[in-house]
Amino acid sequence: MKVLVPVKRVIDYNVKVRVKADQTGVDLANVKMSMNPFDEICVEEAVRLKEKGKATEVVAVSIGPAQASETIRTALAMGADRGILVKVDGDVEPLAVAKILKGIVEAEQPGLVILGKQAIDDDSNQTGQMLAALLGWPQGTFAHKLELGEGTARIEREIDGGLQTVEVKTPAIMTVDLRLNEPRYASLPNIMKAKKKPIDDKTPADYGVDTAPRLKVLKVTEPPKRQAGVKVKTVAELVDKLKNEAGVLP
Amino acid sequence: MTSLVIAEHDNKTLKEQTAKAVTAAAQLGAPVHVLVAGQDAGAVADAAAKLAGVEKVLLADDAQYAKLVAESVEALILSLADKYDAILAPATTNGKNYLPRVAAKLDVPQISEILKVVSPDTFERPIYAGNAIQTVQAPEGKKVITVRTTAFKAAEATGSASVEKISAAADPGISKFVGEELSKSERPELTSAKIVISGGRGMQSGDNFHLLDKIADKLHAAVGASRAAVDAGFVPNDYQVGQTGKVVAPELYIAVGISGAIQHLAGMKDSKVIAAINKDEEAPIFQVADYGLVADLFKALPEMEEELTKLGY
Repeated sequence: MKVLVPVKRVIDYNVKVRVKADQTGVDLANVKMSMNPFDEICVEEAVRLKEKGKATEVVAVSIGPAQASETIRTALAMGADRGILVKVDGDVEPLAVAKILKGIVEAEQPGLVILGKQAIDDDSNQTGQMLAALLGWPQGTFAHKLELGEGTARIEREIDGGLQTVEVKTPAIMTVDLRLNEPRYASLPNIMKAKKKPIDDKTPADYGVDTAPRLKVLKVTEPPKRQAGVKVKTVAELVDKLKNEAGVLP
Repeated sequence: MTSLVIAEHDNKTLKEQTAKAVTAAAQLGAPVHVLVAGQDAGAVADAAAKLAGVEKVLLADDAQYAKLVAESVEALILSLADKYDAILAPATTNGKNYLPRVAAKLDVPQISEILKVVSPDTFERPIYAGNAIQTVQAPEGKKVITVRTTAFKAAEATGSASVEKISAAADPGISKFVGEELSKSERPELTSAKIVISGGRGMQSGDNFHLLDKIADKLHAAVGASRAAVDAGFVPNDYQVGQTGKVVAPELYIAVGISGAIQHLAGMKDSKVIAAINKDEEAPIFQVADYGLVADLFKALPEMEEELTKLGY
């Protein structure tokens, strides 16, 4: 079974994002970019499936600017076999991403597509579910544990208030949550080996997808700033203020 | 035309998130219908019918909806979609699970986790875990929206809409619910708790989290943690509040032994009141805290417990 792993290049999660003064977006100039943290978990899961003999090939896909090839290289260094880069400049909405991925799925015929539950830039949490719907496939979102059976996958999901297990027919879509696994660091020899692994260059037009955004972003602003409050001297004073001044104790 | 809100419930009770999504839907300016998909969920439909601003409740009562499995709910919503201009769901793990499927099938973009209805086609939503706010305008056509429920007040139970039973859609038969394990804790869930008390690396060990538990029990609070505490193995990942963990916005957030890394602040800075206890007076958490106490948490927490006991908690 082939496993497809879409990976997104985003601002590194440790970077404090800055909103541009003209309110058109956040500043991406000279900012450290990395693989979306949830996507690292996807790559790890796919590579583990291959190591256990359950997957035959792991294909990493990225949809983004030319530099997204670095994100694919990271996946290749972690153990993915080959990459596909669909070059697009500018923001691509989840629905367009899902349509491109549908085209790739039809060409590659994977048994499982593993995606991050969301990207930490636009926080949409849509692409996996949209891809599943477009393909008519079932989904196991926010996965915490995966067990592959014969023609089925049992996925334990993180839901509000606990865990839920669903059984889906494969081929299927899985989106991952934080607890599925702990991604490995690529070793230096594997980073070197990754440089020789192939990456196919594609464009959205190859899949007949128009990536023009449908939503119009009118502006991007800073959230309301919090002011530092007061320092209290004792625990008793803190409890008193919470109860009587702020009125937030039951 | 009309807006449709998909109800969040457990077949017995209607969750408050539904009442909040109804408030958001009402701001679109069109009549609001609520869809209850469930099994033996008549009581839920009756509760939804009482929400102010709701004109009609649709009840699809069928075994395949018992757990709101995404593929089944998608088919049901699509069977109704023609009649509606906007389809909204609270941004719960259920809403996030099924609603993008509906948007994709309708070939419209979904607008995730709206914080504010600026006008019937324009919305504010958080990006970068709330470190920036995007104002987006939806194109002509149907709108598919999930609602960040912490940003809207619950519609009151002063209405009296009718409940109409509707038939189930064909079961797609590609997935099934196997089981669930809901945390048995008497404490509320992290994302819906009115009070959250979180520990950071300063807690020094998982055992020390019982100091937080005792206070949480008194205040009916949820217990959370920073990524540093999770990475150090003190508590499981589902405690994690932050950019890659859970985003919370309780009435009161108490940060204990948490320095206030950017990624943690992203997950809690929309809390109404923030209190911080940290022995380092330079800790960034104090820049966002309404009340800061520079103290050793191992002294402060038992004192706090005692103080609360004195006040009758």
